[in-house]
Amino acid sequence: MPLTVRYFARMAESAGCASETLAHVPVDAAALFAERDRVHGFGFSSTSLRVAINDRMAQWTTPLQDGDEICLIPPVSGG
Amino acid sequence: MNLRTPTGTLPGTGDSERTDTGIVPAGPFIVAKSIESAVLRHALGRADAGAVVVFEGVVRDHHAGRGVVRLDYEAHAALAETQWEELRLQALLAFDVVAVSGQHRIGSLGIGECAVWIGVSAPHRVAAFRACEWLIGEVKRDLPIWKREHYAEGQAEWRHEPDPGAVPKPV
Repeated sequence: MPLTVRYFARMAESAGCASETLAHVPVDAAALFAERDRVHGFGFSSTSLRVAINDRMAQWTTPLQDGDEICLIPPVSGG
Repeated sequence: MNLRTPTGTLPGTGDSERTDTGIVPAGPFIVAKSIESAVLRHALGRADAGAVVVFEGVVRDHHAGRGVVRLDYEAHAALAETQWEELRLQALLAFDVVAVSGQHRIGSLGIGECAVWIGVSAPHRVAAFRACEWLIGEVKRDLPIWKREHYAEGQAEWRHEPDPGAVPKPV
């Protein structure tokens, strides 16, 4: 199963889409972010982002698996 | 329309959806339509609550010296729902409050529209004020929700910087 990456707010603007699917599985969320950042140039460092995997907050070092949905969470501004 | 209480029923003050404990949420936190404050307020009614404190976050017409004409809100809804429920339960445990309800709107909002509504009921006002302030602070600090400001001069920008309202003002 492909991997799904979801983007929000300015990161979605940078990527030009709200989500994309990857046929390969990077080793962890940090590797995934580094790879997509090289493509899209998000303008955020990983230290300012959080990551959620399958609707749960996760660590950058969490190993990824086939079919995972990874959400890159930029600094929030609700309210 | 009766409010069920541990000791009986108060006629005309509740409905069948409410619970005695405040543990069950009144509905979804993230909504795409106008916030119905009367419904949310109604869900806070308890026979043992002598105080209700409500915070409404409303779209204003300026930010950092620039005119603002509208805001777009986006959320990771599933994650925001989970995190709001955790906050709601934390508030019920940590403060002397009996019910908590809230909603945050997504989509395009005009000036004066309510973007976020947080309400707390408690036996006494101090706990209600404290819990409500804590909840809106946590919602703004932590929940995966973003706003995009549309400025009077025609540009639009997503906001990702810390909320200036969260910084304590010098005395």
